[in-house]
Amino acid sequence: MRTPLELADARPGPAFTVTLDGREIEALPGQTVAAALWSAGITSWRGTRGEDRPRGVFCGIGVCFDCLVTLNDRPNQRACLAPLHPGDAIRTQRGTGHDD
Amino acid sequence: MTDRCPGRDAPHLAVIGAGPAGLAAALAAAARGVRVTLLDAEPEAGGQFYRQPAAALRARRPQALHHQWRTFARLRHGLARHIAAGRVRHAREHHVWFAERAPDGGFTVHALTGPGRGDPAEVRADAVLLATGGHETVLPFPGWTLPGVVTAGGAQAMLKAGLVTSGNTAVVAGTGPLLLPVATGLAAAGVDVRALVESADPGALPRQARALAAQPGKLAEGALYAGQLLRHRVRVLTRHTVVEAHGTERLEAVTVAALDAGGRTRPGTARRIACATLAVGHGMLPHTDLADALGCRLAGPAVHADDEQRTDVPGVWAAGECTGVGGAALSLAEGHIAGRSAAARLLGAPPGPDAWPEAARTRARLRAFSAVLDAVYTPPPGWGERVTDATVVCRCEEVTAGAIRASVRELGAGDVRTVKLLTRAGMGWCQGRMCAPAVAGLAGCAFTPSRRPFARPVPLGVLARAGEDAGGDGGRAEDQGEGDGRAAGAGG
Repeated sequence: MRTPLELADARPGPAFTVTLDGREIEALPGQTVAAALWSAGITSWRGTRGEDRPRGVFCGIGVCFDCLVTLNDRPNQRACLAPLHPGDAIRTQRGTGHDD
Repeated sequence: MTDRCPGRDAPHLAVIGAGPAGLAAALAAAARGVRVTLLDAEPEAGGQFYRQPAAALRARRPQALHHQWRTFARLRHGLARHIAAGRVRHAREHHVWFAERAPDGGFTVHALTGPGRGDPAEVRADAVLLATGGHETVLPFPGWTLPGVVTAGGAQAMLKAGLVTSGNTAVVAGTGPLLLPVATGLAAAGVDVRALVESADPGALPRQARALAAQPGKLAEGALYAGQLLRHRVRVLTRHTVVEAHGTERLEAVTVAALDAGGRTRPGTARRIACATLAVGHGMLPHTDLADALGCRLAGPAVHADDEQRTDVPGVWAAGECTGVGGAALSLAEGHIAGRSAAARLLGAPPGPDAWPEAARTRARLRAFSAVLDAVYTPPPGWGERVTDATVVCRCEEVTAGAIRASVRELGAGDVRTVKLLTRAGMGWCQGRMCAPAVAGLAGCAFTPSRRPFARPVPLGVLARAGEDAGGDGGRAEDQGEGDGRAAGAGG
């Protein structure tokens, strides 16, 4: 079956490693946090403040703030906008993202 | 306008947004002797319509996910030429949160940039051209907050920019012309698109024969999508709607059903379709925050603009979806007119009444076409009745439809603002951008754009220091920091 990478004939450089809650996942150069997580088959990475319900990408363009994630100890980053670098530490976020 | 020498001190126009309207405007103004700073949130110009794979993905065939790529190639080439000649500065990854009139009569545009978007950047300009685009509307239904349910435009943006999809099966649903390229794009990328669920009846379109006949390009585009849907064997269900999304931790399936003329679901038509992704959208809303904060009059949900694309605030132009949603081709025409008008007026040569006849004709034709689409692609009738009390409507503050209804029935809220004060609906991170039309609909009020002083969240430290140097030596104006010598505040 055709993949989006094949469709666009993309030939990115070698994948690099980042972590999600300490677990290693691979990311391609140019991918955002959200794109790398989707590639790894992960669709939810936040628990809401009220009911701790799972959330992930919704608007995909930085408007809805549903995909918030903690990136390198910085909470409330929009995963759909945040670029990734080798060694980045992504953490799923629960509640406000601050230790409270 | 301040007195300036020609050349490096030519009048300076800040164009906000580098989608079709902003690009066309920047090119038109720069070609006529105006210095342009083009501010845009993305690393690459193009906006949502011409969104392209991240450069590091090194896509050799980015056009595979696009229509009208040649138009974009021309725009991008023109932009590069103007940048090389020093007529345009492209301020990439600049998230504009506020624009205001400066004490000297010009304007200050405030943006956030840098890693984590925490660094302030200010641009001073003689005039501002708003090409801020719009965002998608999604009306709620049970299960719409499950991971795997994404906006139609969001699924497209993730595909175009990140070359990723969420799972291998999808349903595309809602209403409007955007659903077609989303469904065909996902299918071309290898996703099994199990249904395109459109609540309207596009069969009503041919009755609008005159507006359609004037748009051979649009008809060809529609035929192209229809052919692609057939080729990918995408089942098209018109006058159907998604009744519910199912799953616990993520989306597993949707139930769709046929709608009768009164907007009720037809008994016996409900069917369950397993899917990993539901890409859903119900049209678009203009981004009006910056215009509103500048004091520009809004007309309905959009920024009011005259024949020259001027707002009613002197020195502020607006073009593209922020002045009314009508698609990329219309945005190009409006942007071109706005850029030419701004250049003419900044250079002291007001345009005559028939200064750009071809662009004006294109604009008129495309607006007529867009009005036809608006009449056909309306929100799914009866959507409000299908929203159960337990359904979360405000995604940020987790306010349910039941709470919104109670604020109206039991607490007497008669407008959206009172509903918000009683329930917190619209008070969260997105500031009501996602839920406002739904809250208004459920509360039985007319939708009006919310008034937001700032277009994006701003760190308090940035807010506290904003404008400290306005009218001063411009030491914090980033034009100087970038060393290109085109300091916006130079000589001020």
